[in-house]
Amino acid sequence: MVNAMEVYQLLPKTNCKKCGYPTCIAFAVALLNREKKIEDCPPLLEPKYSEKLKKLRELLAPLEKASETGLIIHEEKCFGCGNCVVACPVNVAADPTGCAIGLGPKSDRVILVVEDGVVKCLNAKECRRFGPNRILCNACTATCPSKAIEFV
Amino acid sequence: MSVCTGCSLLCEDIEVELKNGAITQTKNLCRKGQAHFQSLSTERTSPIVDGEQASMEEAFSRAAKILEESKRPLLYGWSSSSSEAQRVGVDLARRLGATLYGTPSSQGLLLERVLAGRLPTCTLDDVRNLADLSLFWGSDPSNSHPRLLSRFAYYPRGEKRQKSYEEERTCVVVDVRKSATATLCQHLIRLPPRGDTEFISALAAVLEGKIPRTGDKKRMIELGTLLRKTEFGAIFCGDGLVCSLKEEADLFQSLIEQLNNIAPFRVLPMVGHYNSRGFNQLLLEQTGFLNRVSFQEGQAQHSQEQSIMEAARSCDAALVIGSDPLSSLPFSVARALAKVPLIAIDPRRSLTTDAARVVIPSAMYGLEAGGSALRMDGVKVEFQLIVESNLMPDAEILKRIGEAV
Repeated sequence: MVNAMEVYQLLPKTNCKKCGYPTCIAFAVALLNREKKIEDCPPLLEPKYSEKLKKLRELLAPLEKASETGLIIHEEKCFGCGNCVVACPVNVAADPTGCAIGLGPKSDRVILVVEDGVVKCLNAKECRRFGPNRILCNACTATCPSKAIEFV
Repeated sequence: MSVCTGCSLLCEDIEVELKNGAITQTKNLCRKGQAHFQSLSTERTSPIVDGEQASMEEAFSRAAKILEESKRPLLYGWSSSSSEAQRVGVDLARRLGATLYGTPSSQGLLLERVLAGRLPTCTLDDVRNLADLSLFWGSDPSNSHPRLLSRFAYYPRGEKRQKSYEEERTCVVVDVRKSATATLCQHLIRLPPRGDTEFISALAAVLEGKIPRTGDKKRMIELGTLLRKTEFGAIFCGDGLVCSLKEEADLFQSLIEQLNNIAPFRVLPMVGHYNSRGFNQLLLEQTGFLNRVSFQEGQAQHSQEQSIMEAARSCDAALVIGSDPLSSLPFSVARALAKVPLIAIDPRRSLTTDAARVVIPSAMYGLEAGGSALRMDGVKVEFQLIVESNLMPDAEILKRIGEAV
């Protein structure tokens, strides 16, 4: 997955503060968290950075598919094994007679479900990673055998 | 709720949405099961006699004629049929004096001992409720039985394992490669190919408190300590272990006995096809043999020499049910089999149905037909008819052929 240093390398690295952040590395982190957009960096739009801008857009393109919690699902890689569905602590709490004991979800408050053979994300707002006070839970990504789900 | 017959886990919590008899959405199906269900609308077979479309009646009478004229018929497949169809099949084989052959599976070696009670076993529900250690030996369930880890072996909360994988369960993989399952487990013991017997001796030494002669000594001692602390262990034996063991099954059995002196350790053979276990158990009940039996002399006979090669070369007609031997068997055997008149009973098109003299389409179990099958741990799972279809299930087809003979 993309990390902040990779993004930083493609920024002007002048720490001009025009974006509102004190440094370019802080802006890179904000870009990854999708709090800022590429256009918020005015120097980057200048012609001399056009090469870097193009590369940066390519680098950040997969992030557009991510949910509000930063979850990206690569459907083509998913086995549909349901490990994430059963491991997710929110799913377990919401559905003690289904997900918690390994069956398919019986409640509609769960976050992850397997539909048509691949995992789908519902109710992203229930996720521990949602909102400013998020917990960096990784129960779903750590239990994936094919690395089909990841967080930005 | 429907039952998926894609693999021997027979998942019972499948939700299917239908519109005009076609599947529009499924829930809880893994990728394998999804493909299995989707094939309902593609690649279906139709009744064919000698390369031309025919009616079901014509197909039945032609199939009966081929079997009647044959002196040494072979009835092959069976592991993807319901228990009812298998029962009819055994009766038909007895009447015809035919050779009955299940899809060759290396699991027979351990399954024989498990069914005879020589190796202790348990149900998958016991694994979910009690097990604190799952050992995947030569098996990669993430690929072969995708929902095994999430439904039973590792992630779910069980009666005595409320904290599940986070605190109370441990997974160990013993394999020649870092498989998809190994990426999820805490311990991976990598063996060289055919290194299992050496590993068994090393493990036995560690359990006795000795230092092993071969292998990574530190890792082995770690594993020994882990096994000694276990309260209930489940060992999932895959083809990797069985193919490597061959004649050394006694060595494995003595290891299991040694482990059972510490705590209950149960053996679960990872059979592939959904009713492979059912077929073996039925044959054992009715004839006392496993996987293959010949009724040619009137009595049930079984010998090591009756390999699939021998059976394919010596038969003069074959009925293939729910299987595709021409793709799955070694080329020389498949070629021998392709030369005899074939009768194929299958819901889907395959190389075997393309080459067969008579093709009889059947209904897909779990969706278009009800019945029952035995899960990989021997638990009987019943399935209902979900989609109305004018196709007959295997059991009905075999009865009709039997009546026509």
